[in-house]
Amino acid sequence: MRRRVIVACLLCLSPALAWAESTDQQQMKGLDEQVQEIKSDVLDIAQELSRLEEKLLFPSGTQVAVFVELAPADTMRLDAVRLTIDGQLVAQSIYSFKELEALRKGGVQRLYVGNVATGDHQLEALMEGKTEGGADFSRTQQFTFRKDVKPKMVGLKLSGPSSSAPIALEEW
Amino acid sequence: MRTGARLLGIGVAACLTTAPASSAELKDLYFGEALYHAYQGDFFDALQRLDAELAMYHGLDEPGLDTLTYHVGQAEFSVGDFELDYRMHRRAGRAIKAVLEGAVDEAVRNEAAYRLAKIHFEKGQLDDAVEALARIQGKVPVEIQDDVEFLRASVDLAMGKPAEAVTVLQPLKSDPSLSGFVAYNLGIALLEEGHAEEAVRQLDAAGQLAATDPAGLAIRDKSNLVLGALLFESARYDDAKRSLDRVRLEGPFSNQALLRAGFAEAQAKQYDRALVPWGVLAEREPTDAAVQEALLALPSAYASLNLHGRAALLYGRALEQLSGQIDRVDASIESVRSGSFLTALAREESRQDAGWVIRLRTLPDAPETYYLMELMASHEFQTALHNYLDLEGLRSKLAAWKTGLDAFDDMIRLRGVNYEPLLPEVDAQFRELDSRMRLRLEQKKNVGKRLHAMLTAPRPEYLATAEERIAGERLAAIEKKNSDPATARRVAHLRGVLTFRLETEYHERLTAAFVHLKALETDVETLERQYDDFVRARQAATQSYSGYDVTIQRLRRRVEDAAVGVSGLMARQGQMIETVAVHQLAARRERLAAQQTQARYAVADSYDRAARAQGAEEAR
Repeated sequence: MRRRVIVACLLCLSPALAWAESTDQQQMKGLDEQVQEIKSDVLDIAQELSRLEEKLLFPSGTQVAVFVELAPADTMRLDAVRLTIDGQLVAQSIYSFKELEALRKGGVQRLYVGNVATGDHQLEALMEGKTEGGADFSRTQQFTFRKDVKPKMVGLKLSGPSSSAPIALEEW
Repeated sequence: MRTGARLLGIGVAACLTTAPASSAELKDLYFGEALYHAYQGDFFDALQRLDAELAMYHGLDEPGLDTLTYHVGQAEFSVGDFELDYRMHRRAGRAIKAVLEGAVDEAVRNEAAYRLAKIHFEKGQLDDAVEALARIQGKVPVEIQDDVEFLRASVDLAMGKPAEAVTVLQPLKSDPSLSGFVAYNLGIALLEEGHAEEAVRQLDAAGQLAATDPAGLAIRDKSNLVLGALLFESARYDDAKRSLDRVRLEGPFSNQALLRAGFAEAQAKQYDRALVPWGVLAEREPTDAAVQEALLALPSAYASLNLHGRAALLYGRALEQLSGQIDRVDASIESVRSGSFLTALAREESRQDAGWVIRLRTLPDAPETYYLMELMASHEFQTALHNYLDLEGLRSKLAAWKTGLDAFDDMIRLRGVNYEPLLPEVDAQFRELDSRMRLRLEQKKNVGKRLHAMLTAPRPEYLATAEERIAGERLAAIEKKNSDPATARRVAHLRGVLTFRLETEYHERLTAAFVHLKALETDVETLERQYDDFVRARQAATQSYSGYDVTIQRLRRRVEDAAVGVSGLMARQGQMIETVAVHQLAARRERLAAQQTQARYAVADSYDRAARAQGAEEAR
């Protein structure tokens, strides 16, 4: 029995547990469930709002979205990306550590959502970054994409300067 | 014990929380976008994106053609993971149950059952966890096989079944990612089972495992700390000291280890050796409970060495420090009661930086957090704290959405003002063009029909030029008016020439007619495309400002209701956090006051003893 008491004491090294067994814990549990419910409600609202926003601001007939991803296992450090469509600057992003890590793990950033008319359009992407050795580099690439009736998704796959195509376009 | 083991398990389970699933080859950009948010810890946005994507996918007639189909299993699990990370256990449980009850293969079902069991375990619902684990049968994915067994053992331990836990844990010892946790839990299970010597050997092994990651190092330290305490209780002070010396000096358990190492030496009457760990500890952060213990333990060791003068000085210093700490606790209580704690929690850096609590403590204007480190280390308080921060996040989102809805109203109104006067005229022009276009298309259709009919029944006269048709009509008119044989012969001759030309050039003319028809069809296609573009643009013009009233009104109501709900919950959650914080601070104050009294008596006693010793010395 004594051993049990000792181990229990050892496992409960924090005095914070004193309150944990009180009624406060029950109340916290109750509140936690209510917080979960309201989170669920707000998520539903967010979805409906997002649908409304898309319908109002980016109707499918004119919608174009540009996504940015990093080539798998690429070691360059991406600092910034700038995007122009038909000569107009539409988006630019300077990457924080967290954003860069998210891209490195395989996340995809939606850099731009906007509207263009159906037909051919010129897209220019500029990327700036550092090589693994710390040298600055910058690359610019022009592409043409065609916008049809349905929403257009364009992916830009970025990689370091040693790659044959540091900025590659993928149409979805 | 049950509580202790459960807390241990929760700590361990937290280390095992699955990272968002990633894929080597991403085939769905929106799934990738959800991962992008999740990898940044932005689980609300990740969930919003992924929920929307999955809803769209399941609403498709042929979901197999959508790019998400390559990741759909992973996406379903990721939703559950994100919900867990966003502390929505109930919804995560429902999402995972849906996978369990769906038509999925055995490996996927088993993984879902494992995740469900983990959620129940984390929430302390042990019977449900057992039930979920019982659903795991047949093929289990290799990467979670050890995790499943580890969870099974943790549940057994939490339910007070150490023998079962030992049976499960013993074959698991080889897994490198879990080795520290497995070894530690096995030691605890053996101890609970009554095999003290085996437990000591097991914890000794756990305390010497190679580790490089923070979690592995921490569990190794904890193994050594627990082992040290066990050996101490068994009066094996040297062994206890050896074990406690293995705890890193900078780790989360170092203060406790130093304190216990000093006690181990003191119990062995090695007071001079106890001075070393307690001396180190007494110089550390004075808000830590172990440091405060050391402030009194250190002079007591000097007193035991009959160095009463030094003891008196150190008791005096302890008294001063403990009094200072009481003032700080009072300031903290006051600060928490005035609402500063909640303000501090809602600071921007709390969402930017995982180590914010520690930084917050160092801020000169944040007395509210001096004594809350230990409180914040507990699972329940962390949940309450995160909930408060999540509610603060929801509050700002709802406020921004309310403004956004107002902007939508303005935008819709302006679009209406712009389009409504223009559209009647545009529609009138379009109707006229539309009727002309339909007429021409009908004509083209008839011409096409005739030409195709002529492939089987040649009609050369249909391919006569306008000039030839006029000539033919004039010849017919002359024939009708004149009965003169010479004129009739001449007319017949001319008609023959005309007919000869039509007959001999028929195939050439038919080919040319088909070429022209083909060219016309291309023009018609362009025309139809332009027509469709116009119709779409016309529809878009109307759709850009009409039909949104109901949706916006409903959304506005929902946003307002949710904002009221969030405010109410924030107030209650905040009050709860403050109450718990004040309770905690009051408990610390009580302990400090007791230590202060102890120090006060000890100072006087030490001075007396020092004076007596000095008198005796002088008498000699």
